[in-house]
Amino acid sequence: MQHEHRFGFATRAIHAGTPPDPATGSRAAPIYQTAAYVFGSTEQAAELFALRSYGYIYSRISNPTVAAFEERMASLEGGLGAIAFSSGLAAQLCTILSLAQAGDHLVCAQNVYGGTVTQLSVTVKRMGIDTTFISAERPDAARAAIVANTKFLFVETIGNPSGIVADLRAFAPIAHEAGIPLVVDNTFATPYLCRPIEMGADIVLHSATKFINGHGTAIGGVLIESGKFPWSNGRFPLLDTPSPGYHGKVFTETFGEYAFLMRARAEVSRDVGAAMSPMDAWLMLLGLETLELRMDRHVRNARAVVNFLRNRPEVAWVREPQMGSVFTFGLGGGREAGRRFIDALELWSHLANIGDAKSLVIHPASTTHSQLSDEELRLAGVEPESIRLSVGLEEVDDLLWDLDNGLRSVSP
Amino acid sequence: MILTRPSEIRDLLTRVRTVAMVGASSNPLRPSYTVFSYLRTQKPYDVTPINPTLTEIDGIAAYPTLAAYAEQRDAPDVVDVFRKPSEVVGVVNDAIAAEAKAIWFQYGVINDEAIALADQAGLDVVVDRCMKVEHARFRGGLSTSGLNSGLITSRRREA
Repeated sequence: MQHEHRFGFATRAIHAGTPPDPATGSRAAPIYQTAAYVFGSTEQAAELFALRSYGYIYSRISNPTVAAFEERMASLEGGLGAIAFSSGLAAQLCTILSLAQAGDHLVCAQNVYGGTVTQLSVTVKRMGIDTTFISAERPDAARAAIVANTKFLFVETIGNPSGIVADLRAFAPIAHEAGIPLVVDNTFATPYLCRPIEMGADIVLHSATKFINGHGTAIGGVLIESGKFPWSNGRFPLLDTPSPGYHGKVFTETFGEYAFLMRARAEVSRDVGAAMSPMDAWLMLLGLETLELRMDRHVRNARAVVNFLRNRPEVAWVREPQMGSVFTFGLGGGREAGRRFIDALELWSHLANIGDAKSLVIHPASTTHSQLSDEELRLAGVEPESIRLSVGLEEVDDLLWDLDNGLRSVSP
Repeated sequence: MILTRPSEIRDLLTRVRTVAMVGASSNPLRPSYTVFSYLRTQKPYDVTPINPTLTEIDGIAAYPTLAAYAEQRDAPDVVDVFRKPSEVVGVVNDAIAAEAKAIWFQYGVINDEAIALADQAGLDVVVDRCMKVEHARFRGGLSTSGLNSGLITSRRREA
């Protein structure tokens, strides 16, 4: 009997989605920098628009370079397929719009990225979709928060910037018992360190701007779906009743396990219009080729930085990462010491991003999480003095040299 | 034999020429029409609707039954089934009588008795999969939609 070979992670990070270009043989993924695609015939055009055949129409809906990135992400996360967006927040918004409408409800961990809290509690709330925030450390709180019109449960694998690791194996059955999917933002972990679908998650989201791109060169987002969630369970009329956006097509009947992905692309992403650009998808593809190498070094460098900070008298506390290379620490001198520390750094870049090859530093309370109230900050796991580090790939001795200079500037 | 491995399903799709589609609909909203209209444009497939309530779909003549098909045509390479699970034992018996080489049960068409019957009669059997999706997986269609084809290759595919 023929043996079915399973390719490993590093191989798929380099090859999945990018066989040689059929048109030219180009081994590198070509950048298909085009807005639209010429139809073979009027009949073929009609079949494409009716979703009865596969192909390209317009790059807001799909593009060969972007599709290559999508397929590679689906492969790495172990999903059925993926859809790329112009940012992580766009991926998140389209996930919400694919599953919920006015009058519906979501449950979300409270320690998520500040921009996510704001998206849910301001913009999405204004659209008539309410969110209950729960502790990422108490899965039973999620059970209590889920009500009849709740459409999904949302957590981050590793909370930003609290570092709290969500117990996905505990959250998944709680969501499934209630008939709703578990949606997981896996940005901080990447599929190299954690694959949420293997732990029961149904939809995985990324800000691809971070470790996936890996070099801080493009903004992007992606959603990956497992294809295992029973969308016909009666809780998702957007998927299993006739769609007015497609002449009454019932997506679950026509597309089976692909129902969610087909509708999220053909209807929601089409109508929202937040597509990833071909050039950015190409940068993401290039970044993914070294994901495994980079993550190993990110983690190794982060360990060295944690150990260094732990032994410094200026440092009041270090929240050691359980996974990944982004974490917070606090200086004994509080918020003012934090400001002086950041200003004294030479090599670490003071900016609002993570997951770059370059080491990054920021003060969340006054920047990434500044829209949150004091209470929301506390619940998010952000102290006023927290400094967030995203440890890059430089020589670790140079990183420690710079941190040493910063700490000397705040020494009593 | 029940085919579950991707390579087995790919080989079946490569062998197949004639497809008898039981329960094919002319309603554009039905999944069977979507699969019919896709497969009939894929060379070298020869797709025929089997439906007693229709005379044709998009100009392609329909046969009322598999028996009527077998009377006038060679045995079908595959019978693609869009019927309620409770009605498919009869379809399997018809497929065996028509000397079909394979039977393909579409999404949700799952009937253990029918599967065992077809398997024991020596037919290749595919269960709870879509012939359009599996064809698109190996011909590149899934990849155009960001779907995970599972294919890794450095060989050049024909344009």
